[in-house]
Amino acid sequence: MQLTVWTYEGPPHVGAMRVAAAMEGVHYVLHAPQGDTYADLLFTMIERRGKRPPVTYTTFQARDLGKDTAELFQTAARDAYVRFTPQAMLVSASCTAELIQDDPAGLADAMRLPCPVVALELPSYQRKENWGAAETFYRLVRTMSPGTERAPRSAGDRPSANLLGPTALGFRHRDDVIEITRLLETLGIAVNVTAPLGATPDDLARLPAAGFNICLYPEIADTTCRWLERQFGQKTVRTVPIGHGATRDFIAQVAALADVDPSAALTGSNLPWWSRSVDSTYLTGKRVFIFGNATHAIAAARVARDELGFEVVGLGCYNREFARDLREAAASHGLEPLITDDYLAVEEAIQALQPELVLGTQMERHIAKRLRIPCAVISAPFHVQDFPARYSPQMGFEGANVLFDTWVHPLVMGLEEHLLTMFRDDFEFSDAGGASHLGHCGPAPLPADRVSTMAEPSSPPASAGERAEWQSDAERELLKIPFFVRGKARRNTEKFAAERGLAAITLDTLYDAKAHYAR
Amino acid sequence: MSPAPPATLPLGCESAPVLRERGQREVFCGLTGIIWLHRKIQDAFFLVVGSRTCAHLLQSAAGVMIFAEPRFGTAIIEERDLAGMADCNEELDRVVDRLLTRRPDIKLLFLVGSCPSEVIKLDLSRAAARLSVKHAGTTRILNYSGSGIETTFTEGEDACLAAIVPELRADASDAPSLMIVGALPDIVEDQFLRLFAELGIATVHSFPARKSDAMPPVGPNTRFLLAQPFLGETARALEDRGAIRLDAVFPFGAEGTTSWLHAAAMAFGVDEMHFRRVIAPGRERAKRAIEHSRARLDGKSITFLPDSQLEVPLARFLATELGMRPVEVGTPYLHRRHLARELALLPADTLISEGQDVDRQLDRVRAAQPDLTVCGLGLANPLEAEGLTTKWAIELVFSPIHGFDQAGDLAELFARPLRRRDVLRV
Repeated sequence: MQLTVWTYEGPPHVGAMRVAAAMEGVHYVLHAPQGDTYADLLFTMIERRGKRPPVTYTTFQARDLGKDTAELFQTAARDAYVRFTPQAMLVSASCTAELIQDDPAGLADAMRLPCPVVALELPSYQRKENWGAAETFYRLVRTMSPGTERAPRSAGDRPSANLLGPTALGFRHRDDVIEITRLLETLGIAVNVTAPLGATPDDLARLPAAGFNICLYPEIADTTCRWLERQFGQKTVRTVPIGHGATRDFIAQVAALADVDPSAALTGSNLPWWSRSVDSTYLTGKRVFIFGNATHAIAAARVARDELGFEVVGLGCYNREFARDLREAAASHGLEPLITDDYLAVEEAIQALQPELVLGTQMERHIAKRLRIPCAVISAPFHVQDFPARYSPQMGFEGANVLFDTWVHPLVMGLEEHLLTMFRDDFEFSDAGGASHLGHCGPAPLPADRVSTMAEPSSPPASAGERAEWQSDAERELLKIPFFVRGKARRNTEKFAAERGLAAITLDTLYDAKAHYAR
Repeated sequence: MSPAPPATLPLGCESAPVLRERGQREVFCGLTGIIWLHRKIQDAFFLVVGSRTCAHLLQSAAGVMIFAEPRFGTAIIEERDLAGMADCNEELDRVVDRLLTRRPDIKLLFLVGSCPSEVIKLDLSRAAARLSVKHAGTTRILNYSGSGIETTFTEGEDACLAAIVPELRADASDAPSLMIVGALPDIVEDQFLRLFAELGIATVHSFPARKSDAMPPVGPNTRFLLAQPFLGETARALEDRGAIRLDAVFPFGAEGTTSWLHAAAMAFGVDEMHFRRVIAPGRERAKRAIEHSRARLDGKSITFLPDSQLEVPLARFLATELGMRPVEVGTPYLHRRHLARELALLPADTLISEGQDVDRQLDRVRAAQPDLTVCGLGLANPLEAEGLTTKWAIELVFSPIHGFDQAGDLAELFARPLRRRDVLRV
């Protein structure tokens, strides 16, 4: 038994749902008790889907156990077929149904439903969500595109590729697909099939027609890509185009496989110039902690170090299936990898490292918020606010622009950072008050010792009559002082005058005060 | 557009036929109650003994992770536990030891059964007894089941409270005392306690209490009022201890709250004039507050899909105090005895349904096209996309809605989706 507070991944059947919900013409019959329907809200609420996920839950209860749960399953499957008439059906057991061993595969087989039925073995007590999605996609592809022969490509055909891996509830999958499709378009490469997102089972039968496969999300598509390689000899592009450099590498690989000229697509992103421009100087060596699924975390580490000039101080992932890749990446950054699905272990690591920026999942955002460290989300699991209305890919050149903006905005900006240092004791410019561009975060509550110093009025608490009068020349001189220090100069001078019991503030008083407070 | 107000329609669903359905249910399981129970009992920890699905449910239903280390968690059963490579009981003891070492502030630990733990017949009551001995003097350990094969959503609270009842001290005093039963937000609980004090009822307890060592005593002198309609097992357990349930409609709206308070006032011999005087200000405030939403809701039709068992009392409130027309009132479980007075106040043509076959029920919703559909989070956006206006049922469980001073908020919860529908020009 493992004590768990929060989990990064759901059970494997949630992964199967992500594939089913992404596709058209698929229906999933899940042998499960009531309550498992909670998973629907992930799709309808976090992703704001306007459709229920195509899932029928058999909803067995305690009184059904040992009696007719098998019949319940068959009734549910039959009704679901009649109501939804899918092109293909998925069947499996959730964690509880796995224990009662009703064998959905055998039961579905015996029913001879008039559509292909893919029976999934999803061991809930060993595996998790990403694995479930990968397995489901692989089983569906195997069922829908049997055979070993590819249709021969005629000489005049445009080169084509499959985009594999995007699912429902994927982090920015919707926008990544648009971005990469456009990019391929500029190279003159057609997208044969994008799957699972938006594909039908019949589309999967067309996968072998493409020249090669693009494994956009290895967590979900790697198993399938390997099988397609073996079965149809289709090559796979494995570079994940997250970041400016990775996108260029991706283009080079794709162009080589398709035998096209890459130059048309190498337009680039704004990231290199934004990163070289002087305001970004302050990004140099910012200590960043990165955690997420392996693919996004590894890509983020490269961008952070090579493209933003950060120092990566921690790198980890929660999916053990890709631990090897992450270990290699961590080694290249000279780091100990953190491979764990224990939220508390991640929190401990962040606390110990005290980074200046956290790039992580919804969980790390929560940790960072508690520790008052700026944070950006780079990976699933994510919150409804990480599924934006606007176009916001992570991949391709536009993705690189998005990365620059979303990682840098939580930090205090260059010039502003210097101002905050200069005026750190002035309450209007207090860094505890937060930076002006982070207004949506609200000011952080001040520590108690700060509050007490701030509560002191800048002028002595004397009555108005006792206050030193500003002489006109001194007042005119004050106006020459830059506006952002003027308030401080005025208060300091008034305080200086009051402490000395001066009735009037002259030009000399102003400069005496300046000398007095100079550090 | 505006049909005859419900008041002129024949009332009474108490003996109307109930549509009983079974099929796919779109409801939470009883584990979900942990979300509000752990806030209510402030020194309790809820340890679900279950699967990754249970852990995932808890964090998804909570919607956001509010606390870094909440007072609930899941002991996830793994392959080696099932394969017999590890002894489940030893594993559970180890997890509990680790947990209590980490959280010495925990005074009451619930081992919460789940679908997998029920199916593998892991005996949590024995485990609780064993662990109670081990941790005697520091932490009390109880168990209940929140599994989906046995409990629907709010039934989890019922099971939890019913598990506490046998542990309550025997009430040895001679004077009658009043017990308010059901987890209420603290602010609402305090409002009720103030009212009962003003009415002159000397001893009033809330169950559950905010601290595990402050749970009320129970005995033949206990008179209890259910604050929630889903506490059938808890009521039975209290009756087994000699307590007597005061029958009342539930405290929603000006009238519902009046009737609920009145049941206690009568049982404790409070003078009728005094009762009227004490409740008048609250009752008037409630009526004024409700009035803001009346124009928006009057004559509008509403369907409740089964969710929390609050459906029947809420439909009664909306029908009798705001002029809404219930079309179908679905509930996961209909407790006829506890709801008898509520059912009597519903318009006679209301379809009462129990259980669920969600696809068939949605067919009825589409056919009836109610002005407002109250449903779970999994269904709300899909129905909105079809052009139906919805209200998330879960908000009715998480928000303070009981009593006079929340009546306006309660009405507003239903009025807001309709107002939003009217103001949007996109």
